[in-house]
Amino acid sequence: MSLLGEDIVTEDGEFVINIGPQHPSTHGVLHLKVWLDGETIKRIQPHLGYIHRSIEKMSESLSYRNFIYATSRMDYLSAHINNQACALCVEKGLQVEVPDRAKAIRILMAELTRLSSHQLWWGCTGLDLGAVTPFFYAFRERESIMAIMEETCGARLTQNYCVPGGVMYDIHPNFRSRVKDTLKQIRSKFTEYEEILTGNVIFEQRTKGVGYISAEDAISFGCTGPTARGSGVSCDIRKLYPYDGYEKLQFKEILEQGGDCYARYMVRMAEMKQSVFIIEQLIDNIPEGEFQAKTKMVLKLPKGEFYQRVETARGELGVYIVSDGAASPYRIKYRSPNFSNLSALEKMATGTKIGDLVAIMSTIDLVIPDVDR
Amino acid sequence: MTPEEIKLSVSELFPNATYDETGEFLNVLTDSKDLKPMMIALRSKKEFDFDYLFCLTCIDWKTHLTMVYHMLSKSNNHTIVIKAKIADINKPEIETVCDIWETANFHEREVFDLFGVKFLNHPDLRRIFLDDEWDGFPLRKNYVDENMIEI
Repeated sequence: MSLLGEDIVTEDGEFVINIGPQHPSTHGVLHLKVWLDGETIKRIQPHLGYIHRSIEKMSESLSYRNFIYATSRMDYLSAHINNQACALCVEKGLQVEVPDRAKAIRILMAELTRLSSHQLWWGCTGLDLGAVTPFFYAFRERESIMAIMEETCGARLTQNYCVPGGVMYDIHPNFRSRVKDTLKQIRSKFTEYEEILTGNVIFEQRTKGVGYISAEDAISFGCTGPTARGSGVSCDIRKLYPYDGYEKLQFKEILEQGGDCYARYMVRMAEMKQSVFIIEQLIDNIPEGEFQAKTKMVLKLPKGEFYQRVETARGELGVYIVSDGAASPYRIKYRSPNFSNLSALEKMATGTKIGDLVAIMSTIDLVIPDVDR
Repeated sequence: MTPEEIKLSVSELFPNATYDETGEFLNVLTDSKDLKPMMIALRSKKEFDFDYLFCLTCIDWKTHLTMVYHMLSKSNNHTIVIKAKIADINKPEIETVCDIWETANFHEREVFDLFGVKFLNHPDLRRIFLDDEWDGFPLRKNYVDENMIEI
């Protein structure tokens, strides 16, 4: 893994450098070995595993109630959506009908999670490309979402709010009014976001035409989420394979045809508005009733295989459970969106300048614990 | 195509394949030797056109290993699961599919790292998460870690 014993300059005169694992623009412990010809990138080799915890192996000895909590630590910015995927997969195996109230709460929380994740991404993208102010703006709005999470779930980041059969507790009495206040605040700030980055000349020059990937390549590399939708690939799981009642809601799947960093940026900006739109539809229409279905103390899935996919803030998360009828999964596989999106990095970045690598990485929106699991 | 139609078309091309329809998707069970021609046909033939390999993994059944490929066609909107049995658990080998789908490159390296399956003709088969000197394959059922403490 190290460069020890290897030449820093190759026979072709290419210069080999290491970016990371401790580097602010890699957003975590990602180690990239980059071959450079002058400033131009010739080849990239990601070295992974600095934060590999083998969550899949750990889950094999945990019960169907417990393994869900480990998934909050994968894509920690979409923790709630990860939990939701696992809960849905277990419910599919148990054939439990989730109450409508729980479904609505789950969607509300999932969209709040998506909103806060995209806001963090927006702030970090600005920071990566040299604009410091967006970071403070984004965290100002994100803070009020985190406060809502803390009030209802008891945790700001790793919520662990979804359980098989519904959600753990009912929503806090203040939930409705606080969400409405937050939405009002965020809606008024969208123009501010657009003004400070979207129309900025420096920002456009750094992102337009940079990090191009075609639709065919995006599918072949298994890209999902805004990374693929920026290339015009329709892949929103909420639309294609609706779960938890997304089919009853009105929202648009955002597609951009550019395939470059700017297109991916525009997809996420528009998705934030769609998330606000979804929350507005639901917040006054949360059905009355139970927040959790009655389930047995010890859950046992029937023998067989169950696959559930959801749309996290970064793309398609697949949970594949193989059960042998015991109280813990025989084999569990997480098809994480970041792992596949990262594999397309070399395709996007080869031939660009090293400064553009930062722009490309920040518009893929990598979360390294989700890559390594 | 419906699962029934896919089943019919696949069985015309590959008479040795068997089927399992108990789950959510159509499962096609095959031997590791027959995998590559089947995958090429599923990707290139217009009526199948499985262009999106969304999950690639392996399962250790203690007596043998099974490679599992989940595939989707964006144009035809149908899904299929291919399961290839690797009978020799001590020296597991299978043909790579990363010349058909780019995403298989990383996913096969992950399976190599954690299950020890050797992918023939893979361009860059190295461990992806663990150190090169790591002993054993952690996701195998018989893997023992001396440092692990049972609670």
